[in-house]
Amino acid sequence: MSGTYLGMPAFPEAARAAVRDRTLRGNLRHATHTIRAKRAKAVTEVSDWAELREAGRRIKDHTLRHLDRYLVRVEEAVTAAGGTVHWAADADEANRIVTALVEETGESEVVKVKSMATQEIGLNEALEAAGIRAYETDLAELIVQLGKDRPSHILVPAIHRNRGEIRDIFRAEMSEWGRPAPEGLTDTPAELAEAARLHLREKFLRAKVGVSGANFVVAETGTLVVVESEGNGRMCLTLPETLISVVGIEKIVPTWRDLEVFLQTLPRSSTAERMNPYTSMWTGTTDEDGPRTFHLVLLDNGRTDTLADEVGRQALRCIRCSACLNVCPVYERAGGHAYGSVYPGPIGAILSPQLRGTGSDIDASLPYASSLCGACYEVCPVAIDIPEVLVHLRERVVQGGPATRRGNKVLLKPAKGHAAERAAMRAAQWAFAHPGVLRTGQRLASRTRRFHPRTLPGPGRAWTGSRDLPAVPAEPFRDWWQRTRGGEDGTK
Amino acid sequence: MSSRERILGRVRRALADVPRDDTPYERAVPRDYLREHGERSAEETVELLAENLADYRAIVHRCADGELPKLLARLMAERGSRSVLVPPGLPPHWIAAVDATRVPDRAGSTPHELDRVDSVITGCAVAIAETGTIVLDGGPDQGRRRITLVPDHHICVVRVPGQVVSSVPQALGRLDPARPLTWISGPSATSDIELDRVEGVHGPRTLEVVLVD
Repeated sequence: MSGTYLGMPAFPEAARAAVRDRTLRGNLRHATHTIRAKRAKAVTEVSDWAELREAGRRIKDHTLRHLDRYLVRVEEAVTAAGGTVHWAADADEANRIVTALVEETGESEVVKVKSMATQEIGLNEALEAAGIRAYETDLAELIVQLGKDRPSHILVPAIHRNRGEIRDIFRAEMSEWGRPAPEGLTDTPAELAEAARLHLREKFLRAKVGVSGANFVVAETGTLVVVESEGNGRMCLTLPETLISVVGIEKIVPTWRDLEVFLQTLPRSSTAERMNPYTSMWTGTTDEDGPRTFHLVLLDNGRTDTLADEVGRQALRCIRCSACLNVCPVYERAGGHAYGSVYPGPIGAILSPQLRGTGSDIDASLPYASSLCGACYEVCPVAIDIPEVLVHLRERVVQGGPATRRGNKVLLKPAKGHAAERAAMRAAQWAFAHPGVLRTGQRLASRTRRFHPRTLPGPGRAWTGSRDLPAVPAEPFRDWWQRTRGGEDGTK
Repeated sequence: MSSRERILGRVRRALADVPRDDTPYERAVPRDYLREHGERSAEETVELLAENLADYRAIVHRCADGELPKLLARLMAERGSRSVLVPPGLPPHWIAAVDATRVPDRAGSTPHELDRVDSVITGCAVAIAETGTIVLDGGPDQGRRRITLVPDHHICVVRVPGQVVSSVPQALGRLDPARPLTWISGPSATSDIELDRVEGVHGPRTLEVVLVD
C-alpha cells in the first residue's frame, strides 16, 4: 500500500500521541457526534432498513463468491461500450499502468476525484516521480494535499482540521499550487469553500486527463457509478478528454437493479442524507458527451488474499460509507492517522491487515485497535461483522497459522511481541487447574500488595503501558467467603 | 502469465471452499425491501418531491404548462442572466419570452466558453420524490452533462406527474444504463469543514426546479 505510511509506529504508540492532542480530539468529537445523530435520523426515515441491509449483504456476498465470473463480465461489458480494461495485480503495476496512460496523452497534469483506491496505491506520489502533477479536487482532499498532510477519515479526510487551521493552510499554500487564496480570507466555511471553488475551477477548465475511482461497477452493463456532493467529481468525469478509473475488484455488483439497494443505503450511512447531491453513471464512452477515451484499471493489491480467508473476506463487502468510523469510541479518541493506513477506524482495522498482511508492527497491532463494543457492526449497511473479524485476526497474530499472501498459501508464525502473553495465559490455565496453587498465590498477592509496582516489569511492561494494573484486594475473595459466608452473619 | 490470468487464478483458488452448485443470483438476493415507502396519490408524490427538493436547498416553482414561458422569463430576469445555454431539443416555446442570448449546446465549445454563460435551462428524464432527486440522461431536452455543471445557475423543468416516481427502485427501472446519467439532489454542497453544510462548491450554486402541470 501507500509508501506514505511506511514506518508507522504500532497503533498504541500512534494513538498515545493522538489522544494528548486536545485540538484533534475536539475536532473529532464535534464531527463524529454531529454525523452520528444525523445518520440515525436518516436511517429511521426508511422503514425497510433491515431488509435493505440484508439485501446489500447478500448482493455483495454473492458477487464475491463468483467474482471470477463477474470480473470477466465487467471486462466484456466495458470493452463493448468503448472502454479499455487493464488488470493490476498490485499497487506498483496499477501505478505503472496509469502513469503510462497519462504519458500517452502527452499531458503533465491530471485532475482527480477523491478515491480510496488511488490513495491506497500511492498514485499521486508515483505520478509525481514521473513528472506528472495530480490535483486533488475534493475540498477535504485539497486541504490534505495543500497541508502536506495525510487523510484521517474515509469520507471526510480533513475531519481532524478545524476551520481556523484550514484558513491558515489555504493562505499559506494555495499560491504554490495555482490561484492564491483571496485577500482577507476568513474562517467561515462558505468563504473557504468559495476560495476552493476559484482555486480549482481554473484547473478543471484546462484539464485534459481525469483520474477517478468508482463506488460501484455494474457487471451486467459495464456501468461505473461515482457518488459525490461537490460537483468536483462531475467536473473530472466529464470535462477531460481522457478518463482513467482505478477500481478495486470488490466494487462489482451483478446487475443494474442492485443499485436500488446501495443508492438507498450508502448516502444515508455516510453523509446522513436522503441522497447525495450528485451521482454520475457512465458506460464506456458516449459520442460527443464527456471523455473520448476511457480506461478502467481493475485492482487486486491484496484483495484476492483477503477473499481467500473465509472469515475475513466479508471485509470486501465494504462500500466505504464510514459509518463505523463515526460511531467508534476508539477512532473518536485516537483519530484516523493512528491506524497508519488510508483505511482508518474499525473497517481499517480489519481491512489493512488483510490487504497488507500482518508482517509489520502497525498491521499486527491493528486488530487490537478496538474495544470490541460492536457499534461498528450495528451501523454497517452491509452487515460486516467487524468484531468477529477482529477476533479472528487477533488469533492469527498471536497463534500464527495458514494465510494467503500474493496468491500463495503461507504458514504464519506467531507474532513476536505476544510470547509473554501466551506464556502468561498458559500459566493462568495451569493455576486455575490447581486450586491449592491458586489459593496460595492469591494470599501471597494480597499480603504483598503494598509493594506492588504500578506497571509490570520485563515483558509485562507492554501490557501495562496502555492499561492500569488492577489493584489486588486486601483479602482474596475465597478467604472472605469462607470467613463470612457472603456476609450472612453480618460481618464484612 | 498476464495479470489478468494471475488475478482470475487467485480468485478461483481463493474460492475453492465455495460449492459448485452455489445458489444462483436470482435466489441469492432477497428482494423483500419496499418498492416505495408509504402510499401516496400522484399529487401527494409531486408534493413530496417539492418538499424534499426544497429541503436540500433547491428553489421550487410550480406552474401550469401555459404559464411556463412567462415564469422562465421572470426567473432569468430576476437573476439578471444575459445568456442561456439551450439543449438542442428544448421545446422552443419554453424560452420564447426569455430575454437573453441563446447559447447552443455544441460539442466544440470549450469549458471556458461554458463558464462565461450565466444560466442553463433543461428538462429531465425522471424525478424521485422520496429523495428529492432529478435525473438527467442526456436526452435532447437535457444536452451534454457539462452544460448543467459549469454555469452557476440551472433551471430544470419537470413535467408532473408524468416524470415523477416515488422511489429509487422505480427510477432505476425507467432509466437506460447505456446513457450517461447525472442524478442531482439540490445544488452542489460540501460538509468537509467541520461537517457544516455549505451550498455551492463546484457545480451550479443555484438550482431552480419548475414543476409543470
